[in-house]
Amino acid sequence: MRLKELIEKIKPTFSKGGKLGMFSSTFEAFESFIFVPNTVAKTKGSHIHDSIDLKRTLSVVIIALMPAMLFGMWNTGYQHFLSIGEEVNLVDTFFYGFLKVLPLIIVSYAVGLTIEFASAQIRGHEVNEGYLVTGMIIPLIMPVDVPLWILALSVIFAVIIGKEIFGGTGMNIWNPALLSRAFVFFAYPSKISGDKIWVAGLENAQNIADGFSGATPLSYAAANEIDKLPDTLDMFLGIIPGCIGETSTIAILLGAALLIFTGIASWKIMLSTVAGALFAGFLANMLGGTPYLEMPAWQHLIMGGFAFGAVFMATDPVTSSQTETGKWIYGFLTGLVAIVIRLFNPGFPEGMMMAILLMNTFAPLIDHCVVQSNVKKRLKRKSAL
Amino acid sequence: MNSNSRLKVFTTPFNSGNPVTVLVLGICSALAVTVKLQPAFVMAISVTVVTAFSNVIISFLRNTIPNSIRIIVQLLVIATLVILVNEILKAYVYDVSKQLSVYVGLIITNCILMGRLEAFALGNKPIPAFIDGIANGMGYGIILIIVAFFRELFGSGTVFGIQVIPESWYVTQGGFYLNNGLIILPPMALIILGCIIWIHRSINKDLQEK
Repeated sequence: MRLKELIEKIKPTFSKGGKLGMFSSTFEAFESFIFVPNTVAKTKGSHIHDSIDLKRTLSVVIIALMPAMLFGMWNTGYQHFLSIGEEVNLVDTFFYGFLKVLPLIIVSYAVGLTIEFASAQIRGHEVNEGYLVTGMIIPLIMPVDVPLWILALSVIFAVIIGKEIFGGTGMNIWNPALLSRAFVFFAYPSKISGDKIWVAGLENAQNIADGFSGATPLSYAAANEIDKLPDTLDMFLGIIPGCIGETSTIAILLGAALLIFTGIASWKIMLSTVAGALFAGFLANMLGGTPYLEMPAWQHLIMGGFAFGAVFMATDPVTSSQTETGKWIYGFLTGLVAIVIRLFNPGFPEGMMMAILLMNTFAPLIDHCVVQSNVKKRLKRKSAL
Repeated sequence: MNSNSRLKVFTTPFNSGNPVTVLVLGICSALAVTVKLQPAFVMAISVTVVTAFSNVIISFLRNTIPNSIRIIVQLLVIATLVILVNEILKAYVYDVSKQLSVYVGLIITNCILMGRLEAFALGNKPIPAFIDGIANGMGYGIILIIVAFFRELFGSGTVFGIQVIPESWYVTQGGFYLNNGLIILPPMALIILGCIIWIHRSINKDLQEK
């Protein structure tokens, strides 16, 4: 029997009023996953036809994340073998990282999608694809050695408290992926800060190679040891310790190119975030005083999670500003706040997470102000006539 | 007032009239003293005692207090009782009293007390007022204890200071477990409180706004 026939046959059982009607959302989700959504536009009125829907939008983001993820897997292996002083070929390096990263991705998706399906079922909504990207981003912004139960807890927190209680996908105030990271950061700080946790197996390693420290560029910088920073090319390529997906600026730029080319993410937010960061960096350069403050402003862009945050998370269409002017303001302030936190708060070597979450909070306010000022401008123009 | 309506006065604060989850009063102390169960428990008892007796005293005085100065009279009664409670705590459970620090003194400004005096004691006889005070204090205390239970269990691994989560689970002992640092911070208390309100409203459908 063909799959389509099978689905048509069991459909009445899962429809409302059927024997297993309580699982109608789950059934619908799988049906539209395998084939196409069974809803079509109503015949009344005129419609603009566009092949881009939520599913396709999110698929493009997933593809854009691939370079960062694949590079992250290789880098996980590379940093690990570097730390124990072994020379290993490319395939083994990648495979080691692959085995380290895969469980994180599986746990993230399994836990998150379970909650999504359950809550859609309870509410009687359709299951939507909102978690696909979040579930991919969460492992990429965690240290590779984060315990799986902590990852699962953070996903539960982010999806329920961050998203479902506000009404599900598209209604959330904060980026769920960053919320899960913030949860780990405050709940289990020993697993997501310090110098030992960014490289796989370093925390309990016995045979660390001479001279290997595992500190990220940002922790050197926060300690004002600018001379210890890896060289610029390494930081740009991402051959540095850090969260899985955040290290390689070039891999992230590949993703950014795809997102901008397809028009999925706003180039205005990306550009203004960079501008805000450079502005804060230049101000710090002028202020001077410590080696970190005098570090060239552009170096901030290739350190830590700045690039990843600016490309994949500040541009989240749900939690960022919606108005075009608002996007410039939102992005600029995100970059500015991120660098200010990096430079002036010794407790947080990385400011990108806090900056984006803070600006997520303010995005609706920015939009409100932009809309109101536009209304005032037009009223003025009218009364002047 | 017959025994039936007295029972109603007693039960309302535990459900549809709960001072914390429905009237949203006394939130600040619910966030501040709920890191551990012991101070939360002492706080619950203190508030219950103060609410009950201030209700009785104001109820006795309700026909003699001039309306224009009733707030200051209420404050005077509450403050006297709070100072008494504070002195007793200092004398008998000094450690807890130190943990609670200013929050015992701040019972004076706890909105539940003033709310009950204004809403109930000024218009009812002493015995119902006493019941109302006890019930509201306990309704507040129960929420405090629920919040503190989760915060102490996941934040410190203990319940009333007794280790519940086995020591051998902890990372320092070679296990995998870590205490949750977020739950000790006030924001998480607010989230737990929110979850309690969520559960309460899904059970009692009358409380849901249309």
